[in-house]
Amino acid sequence: MLLIPCPWCEAERPELEFRYGGEAHVARAADPASVDDAQWAQFLFFRTNPRGLHAERWRHVAGCGRFFNCLRDTVSDRIVATYKAGEPRPDAGALATGGAS
Amino acid sequence: MRFSLLSVARQGLAGNEGWPEQWRSPEPKAAYDAIVVGAGGHGLGAAYYMAREHGLRNVAVLDKGWLGGGNTGRNTTIIRSNYLWEESEAIYEHAMKLWEGLAEELNYNVMYSARGVMMLAHNTHDVQSFQRHVAANQLAGIDNEWLTPQEAKAFCPILNIEKTIRYPIVGAALQRRGGTARHDAVAWGYARGADRLGVDIIQNCEVKGIRRDASGAVAGVETTKGFIATKKLGVVAAGNTSVVMGMAGVRMPLESYPLQALVSEPVKPIMPCVVMSNTIHAYMSQSDKGEMVIGAGTDAYTSYSQTGGLHIANHTLDAICELFPVVRRLRMLRNWGGIVDVTPDRSPIIGKTPVPGLFVNCGWGTGGFKATPGSAHVFAHTVATGEPHPIAAPSISIASAPGG
Repeated sequence: MLLIPCPWCEAERPELEFRYGGEAHVARAADPASVDDAQWAQFLFFRTNPRGLHAERWRHVAGCGRFFNCLRDTVSDRIVATYKAGEPRPDAGALATGGAS
Repeated sequence: MRFSLLSVARQGLAGNEGWPEQWRSPEPKAAYDAIVVGAGGHGLGAAYYMAREHGLRNVAVLDKGWLGGGNTGRNTTIIRSNYLWEESEAIYEHAMKLWEGLAEELNYNVMYSARGVMMLAHNTHDVQSFQRHVAANQLAGIDNEWLTPQEAKAFCPILNIEKTIRYPIVGAALQRRGGTARHDAVAWGYARGADRLGVDIIQNCEVKGIRRDASGAVAGVETTKGFIATKKLGVVAAGNTSVVMGMAGVRMPLESYPLQALVSEPVKPIMPCVVMSNTIHAYMSQSDKGEMVIGAGTDAYTSYSQTGGLHIANHTLDAICELFPVVRRLRMLRNWGGIVDVTPDRSPIIGKTPVPGLFVNCGWGTGGFKATPGSAHVFAHTVATGEPHPIAAPSISIASAPGG
C-alpha cells in the first residue's frame, strides 16, 4: 500500500484514504466543438503509460476531499513529489538531485 | 525426442539420464524473416503457428528475461469462453477448441483440465447479466448454463450458500468445458514445438530500439545482443507493450496495472472446479499440487513493479474466507504480481500498426491466459500474411486509430 503525502493536508496518509484519478495534465479541449474525432480519441483513450516517472491525479476522498497531482516512479512505486492541482509539474531532474531525503 | 509410452519407459529404465534439452539456446543470427518480442505463451505460440501453418521457419522469439517468466507464469490459469459479445466469443472459443487438442498437437502434456468454471451471482444485476450471458452463449453454440445456489453447492461442495453472509450467492453460471491448464507447460510446450520447427528462442535478450528504413518500415531491432535485422516484427510484450511500441513512435491506448495472485499451502483435494466472483473480486481453484490458487483484482494505479498492494490481496481473502469457510485456517505460501496491459474497453488488440512491418498483440488485460492458443494462432496469421485474421478483423485496428 502506498503512503501518500497529501499536499493540502500536509500529511502522509495510507492509500486507502485516496482515490486514483488517472494520468494528470491531460487537458480537455477548450473549445470541444472544434475538436475532430482523432483528437477526441487521443484525449479519451491514449495515455503515456511510462515505465518511470508518471504524473497522476489523486483525490483525498477520506480526508480533505481535494484533488492533487503526484509524481511516482512506476517501477519502484516510489512517490517523488505531490503538488496541488493547478500547479505545474515539478522538474524531475531537480528533484532527483536535490530531493533525495 | 517425441514423448511416447515407449520413450518414457525406455528413459525410465535408463534412470532418466538420457532426456535431451527441450529447446536450444542459440545466439541470434544476423537476420530473420520474422521476430517476435516476448517469449510468453502468446509469443511462443505465435512463433509456433507461424512455422507450423505458414511455413515461416526463419523466426526468432526474443525475451528480456526467461521464457514464460512474465504473465504466463504469474496468472491463475483459468480457461473459459463464455463471453457476451460475438467478437469475444469468437476469439475465446477459438482458443478453447485449440486448448482441447493442445497436448496432442504439441506432444506435450499441458495438463488442460476441463473441470468446469463457475461464476457466482450475488445480486439482481449479476443474475440478469449472467442469464443474458448464458442465453447469448447458447445461441452461439458455446456451453454455459444457469445454476441455482443448491445446484452450485452440489457442483462445488465447499461453497457457502448461507443467506446470512455479506454477499450471499443467489445463483451461478457454469461453463463445464472451462477449467485450468498448467501455465509453465504451455510455455514449455510451445517453446519445444517452435524450436523443433527451427524457431530460435533467445532469452536474456532485451529489445532496446526498433530500427526503421528510409520508407519508415521496420528494418530490425537493437538488442542487448546487438542489432538483428527483420522486416516483420510482432510485439507481444504484455505489460511492457507501451514501452516497446514507443520505440517505433507508436502510441498505444493501453495502461499497465499490477494484478496479484497467491497460493496456499498444499492440501488434499477439496475443490473439484474453478469458482470466480467478479462482484467481490475472488477467484479460486486447486492446483494438482494441492495448493489453493487465488486471484485478486488489479491495483488502482498504473505500475510496472510486478507487485501489488497488500490491501488488495486482503480484500480478496476476506471474500474467499466468506465463500469457502473451510479454507480459513490455511496459510498462504506465496503472493506475487504480474503487469497487465489494459485497453479502455478491456478488449484485446491483434493487428497491424501505422508502421509497415510492425504488428502488435496486446491489451489482454486480466484475461490473457485463457486466450493463449487462440491469440497465438490468430496473431501468427496476422504477421505471416500481413493482414488481420477474420476473428480479429471486427475489432477496430489501431492502424485506423488516430495517432496510434
